[in-house]
Amino acid sequence: MKIQDLTELALRNLRESLLRNSLTTVGISVGVASLVAMLSLGIGLQQLASRRLVKSGLFDTVVVTSRRDLRGTGRERDQERSGPTPGESRVLDESARLEIEHLPNVLEAYPDIRFITELRYDDKPHLTMISALPSSARSNDAFEAMPGNFFSSDTAPEVILQKTFAEELLGKTPPRGADELRVADLAKPLLGKELTMRYAQRAPSPAPPSASGADSANAADRDLAGAAYSVVSREQKLKIVGVADLDPESMRGPTRAKVFLPLKLAESLHVMQPTDLREISRAASDQPVYSSISVRVKNPTQVQVVEDAIKKMGFTTFSLLDASQSLRTFFKVLDLFLLIFGSLALAVASIGIVNTLVMAILERRREIGIMKAIGASDGDVKKLFFAEAGAMGILGGIAGVGLGWAIGRIINFATNIYLRRESLTPDTFWSVPWWLVVLAIGFSLLVSLVSGLYPAGRAAKLDPVQALRYE
Amino acid sequence: MTTAPAASAATSTVAIHSENLCRHYRMGETVIRAVDGVSLEVRAGEFVALLGSSGSGKSSVLNLIAGLDRPTSGRVVVQDRDLAKLSREELAKYRLHVVGMVFQSFNLIASMTLAENVELPLRFAEVDRSRRQTLASQALERVGLRARMNHRPSELSGGEQQRAALARALINRPQLLLADEPTGNLDSHTGTEIMNMVREFNRELGMTVVMVTHERALAERYAERMIFLADGKLIDSRANAPTAVDDRVPGGQP
Repeated sequence: MKIQDLTELALRNLRESLLRNSLTTVGISVGVASLVAMLSLGIGLQQLASRRLVKSGLFDTVVVTSRRDLRGTGRERDQERSGPTPGESRVLDESARLEIEHLPNVLEAYPDIRFITELRYDDKPHLTMISALPSSARSNDAFEAMPGNFFSSDTAPEVILQKTFAEELLGKTPPRGADELRVADLAKPLLGKELTMRYAQRAPSPAPPSASGADSANAADRDLAGAAYSVVSREQKLKIVGVADLDPESMRGPTRAKVFLPLKLAESLHVMQPTDLREISRAASDQPVYSSISVRVKNPTQVQVVEDAIKKMGFTTFSLLDASQSLRTFFKVLDLFLLIFGSLALAVASIGIVNTLVMAILERRREIGIMKAIGASDGDVKKLFFAEAGAMGILGGIAGVGLGWAIGRIINFATNIYLRRESLTPDTFWSVPWWLVVLAIGFSLLVSLVSGLYPAGRAAKLDPVQALRYE
Repeated sequence: MTTAPAASAATSTVAIHSENLCRHYRMGETVIRAVDGVSLEVRAGEFVALLGSSGSGKSSVLNLIAGLDRPTSGRVVVQDRDLAKLSREELAKYRLHVVGMVFQSFNLIASMTLAENVELPLRFAEVDRSRRQTLASQALERVGLRARMNHRPSELSGGEQQRAALARALINRPQLLLADEPTGNLDSHTGTEIMNMVREFNRELGMTVVMVTHERALAERYAERMIFLADGKLIDSRANAPTAVDDRVPGGQP
């Protein structure tokens, strides 16, 4: 029989025992709905978690360090054992940075400039960690939402303060247990004010001082010429343009900087870096050598590829993709559990299909006999029952997706009411991606067809003589 | 259906041939010999009546010829096909294309209209929809039910239902019409009407007809040969001159 005829006959047969078949289909749809509701909640929570994390810039960033940098974690050191020894590896200098920046899928690669120095405000010194921000950090929602503005340009002598540092400047530490101070209140007296930063500048020397005592100024000495520099104490005035309520834990990179400078400004200051002393004997030119570089990848999914490419260049990499692995595992397990619980309802519904179709065989014994007598093959009868099971599966699947979607919506709505009452920000915890829709309907069809196996086989084997004798 | 010789071309051709045909059922300890060594022959285009009392095995013989049942032993060859050797699939094809059946209880599908009932065999034969509809309305026209093609069987009288069943039996242009007590549920007037139609098919379309009945009078009026069965055995086979008056112009409507 042709598919079209099968479908037509199957739907006609379903309509004939409308109540029973509708109830069976409702059973399937409840099963599918529970599956969809469970999974969409799991997916929604996962998306909520990763949305927050991706927006913080954690998941599209790879931190590159030279293998000579010994401040690695234990795991990184394990990796190093198989790679080149620290002494042989490449220097993380400007040419390396450019090379990384030209890798495919890389948006930008910028040096991580961090230093501890003294800031004077209101003639009081404050020692703190300072970090440079690339202009791309503008889109980070922590800076988008803060009082004040992001840096007017990448070289502007401006500064953004972390909230806790603003509290420190104002001498306002919130009493323990009390509500935190609002950022806007902190920002009001500080925006537009000036800070004075004192720092140690790495200035190029007019003449290499260490070479003067040598017997002969040979070629090797000239190669080292760029490595010589003097350290000069400098001051820089900085205007406070913003106060950000950043969670220091969530900022990219391992440090907990409390004050942020524009990247190009920070580079132009040539602040003495902790690694400078260690690199002095190796730097072959006067190009800047970086302790670490942050690489922004176009898409979090490409982090692994980029990481591998950089590792091949001989550097150590770290990304939160590694750290998020356990988070992913958690969600995979959660999804699996939700899937199992959701499937249970569908399993119960499949028993309903078997029952309905077996009942239909008893009821339509004679009809099956007639069809066989006028020329229907076993296959035709089997396919017809399969088509009926399949039709119930698809209809139940579609209804179930709709129902599951509605349940998800209601759960989300109710949760948000609760969250608002608890003065928390409402969000979306539930998501029905298209693949889940396809998957749910497909799964429902599959379960129905499997449930139809036994009844269809039984109907096909029916002896027409017996079936027609039965009155 | 192409292997069969045209029925009108040679009336002496054998359409159905059975040799020592047996069909035994086991019911607990006892074996019921529904058909017990029946050997018969039906010529192409012949109108044969299978006569016998209830339980004589006449319906079982018909089911074996129809390919609805398989013999326990012996052979039944229809239009050169040894039915016992056909697979289930081939047997279904045989029923679809070679055999048309009518039953005492009409056996129309209650949930379908007459047109849908009549075209059902064409669905199994995978005939295109438009051609199906043409053929179904032609067949219903032939039995005078075209006006009622969209009615359900329950809205029709017994005679009309049996006419629809005849239209369905005819739709795939089979060579063989097998009728199991076709008038058993009808009054004598409607019964005559149906039998006239069966005879029309036999004479005009050249179909071989095997009719099971327990009414000897009916057989004498229409059949060219009467085969008597008792306890699953063939006890007599005799030629008969049909007595029913053919009061109609050939090809005309009643």
